[in-house]
Amino acid sequence: MKKYTFTEKKDTRSGFGAGMHVLGQQNPNVVALCADLVGSLKLEPFIKENPDRFIQCGISEANMIGVSAGLTIGGKIPFATTFANFATGRVYDQIRQSVAYSNKNVKICASHAGLTLGEDGATHQILEDLGMMKMLPGMTVINPCDYNQTKAATIAIADYEGPVYLRFGRPVIPVFTDADQKFEIGKAWMVNEGTDVSIFATGHMVWEAIQAGEILEAEGINAEIINIHTIKPLDEEAILKSIEKTGCVVTAEEHNRIGGLGDSVAQVLVKNKLVPQEYVAVNDSFGESGTPTQLMEKYGLTAKHIVEAAKRAIERKK
Amino acid sequence: MEVEQLEKVASQVRRDIVRMVHGCQSGHPGGSLGCTELLVALYFERMHLKGQDGKPVFDMDGKDEDLFFLSNGHISPVWYSTLARKGYFPVEEMATFRKLDSRLQGHPTTHEHLEGIRIASGSLGQGMSVAIGAALAKKLNGDKGLVYVLMGDGEQQEGQVWEAATFAPHHQVDNLVAFIDLNGQQIDGPTVKVMNNRDLGKKYEAFGWEVISIEEGNDMAAVLKGLYEAKSRLGHGRPIMVLLHTGMGFGVDFMMGSHKWHGVAPNDEQLAAALGQLEETMGDY
Repeated sequence: MKKYTFTEKKDTRSGFGAGMHVLGQQNPNVVALCADLVGSLKLEPFIKENPDRFIQCGISEANMIGVSAGLTIGGKIPFATTFANFATGRVYDQIRQSVAYSNKNVKICASHAGLTLGEDGATHQILEDLGMMKMLPGMTVINPCDYNQTKAATIAIADYEGPVYLRFGRPVIPVFTDADQKFEIGKAWMVNEGTDVSIFATGHMVWEAIQAGEILEAEGINAEIINIHTIKPLDEEAILKSIEKTGCVVTAEEHNRIGGLGDSVAQVLVKNKLVPQEYVAVNDSFGESGTPTQLMEKYGLTAKHIVEAAKRAIERKK
Repeated sequence: MEVEQLEKVASQVRRDIVRMVHGCQSGHPGGSLGCTELLVALYFERMHLKGQDGKPVFDMDGKDEDLFFLSNGHISPVWYSTLARKGYFPVEEMATFRKLDSRLQGHPTTHEHLEGIRIASGSLGQGMSVAIGAALAKKLNGDKGLVYVLMGDGEQQEGQVWEAATFAPHHQVDNLVAFIDLNGQQIDGPTVKVMNNRDLGKKYEAFGWEVISIEEGNDMAAVLKGLYEAKSRLGHGRPIMVLLHTGMGFGVDFMMGSHKWHGVAPNDEQLAAALGQLEETMGDY
């Protein structure tokens, strides 16, 4: 098992803020919009240096999406930012008509996704956003795994022409990917090569998958771990190549088991090669208040749960 | 163009509207007929559009020209006809309206790359937000072009409209002219009965808009005068709202003033009766 170490823990939303800071200096067409959550989205450095390219929208997310769509007419690259719940479910029809169907170059950047938002509870813990966004034709859906990858993804999507949903989160987690990485949309990242089981993980679950890989290794199981940071377009080639070697799959995501990464992977398996697949995901329920650690434990989203799922998947191969 | 010439264009646009809707036996003639003077006045006289010798040139960014957005996308027939008659796409294409593989979808879309269309609309309440964004882009680009957006009066019942109404004066979007087509009708009946919008002028004033009225929205001279006045008030920190009083179905006597023709197509006899009231001035498609 390849060793991953870290010297610090940071939140992925700060990676987004750092990426925006860079974009503010590099790309004069980038405009930031926010619906009264500037601090939560870590936009202060961008706003400080580019006050004319920041648009405060107040608590009016539907209008923010429409204004973003309009800004693209004239060549601007709007980054519309708020919590993931308000960036997707609340404004689904606005995204559908004014952004996706109209094929506008809007970047919807969503923080506080999933259970790890913590104490605010289920009203704010969206677990359906990946599903909603990936169902929109033409939408690119990205869920990076740590601070550095989120920063790189933020910078990368400005150069991509078309609507993007970029999902990140609130808690501090280990920073384990390279600071100077180049982010390739739609290209899965091989975390660890293995032969016994393929673990496809996204977002915060990638670090959990690495932890799981080490536990499995100690028990003599050689796990292949792949970071699927782009849910759509999905890197089918990487998935199929991996299962040719391993013959079974675990998918791990901080999302409802319905409609997320697991279902996207299952579709690839059904079409191409049927192998056992186990889901590590929220089991079709809402979340609740608690610390991120408590919630990830209670809802079955830890390294331990990935280990158990891997063993089940391997058992089903027999 | 002189008023008389513009009226001739409007007459042809009205013929196109009823013929398009008849041709596919679906679509929305009522609101389309009511907004004919506005669209003709904008595209044939008041808007600054790119192109030479009256032949427009379309690009998505629309830099250095005026932009128009249709928020109540169901009155697409009047927009399609105005765009075609202006020269954005061949008039023959109107025969494909609402048919399979057409660029003239039931509601406007950019998906089919129809010249003149910059955003999809149809799900109501979204157009003013988009227009505001386009107006802000013009300001960021140092572009002197103006942005126009048309909404329905029933559409004022959508919440997003009021998010946008709050936003535009706050951000001093003073290169924007919005219109409400006050025909007093919506699908289920008169607007005052379905959901009373009450005094929209006072509402917008309270939100920080400059509000003017065009009382005779189907009188070409009155529309031209109102547009001139709206334009003259821009650039002073406030967006302009124009309350455009129109008659639904205007120009076809049996369609006028009733919500019944919101989304109903005429049959062959009704088409003949309607065309009998509308002079063919530019040649039918």
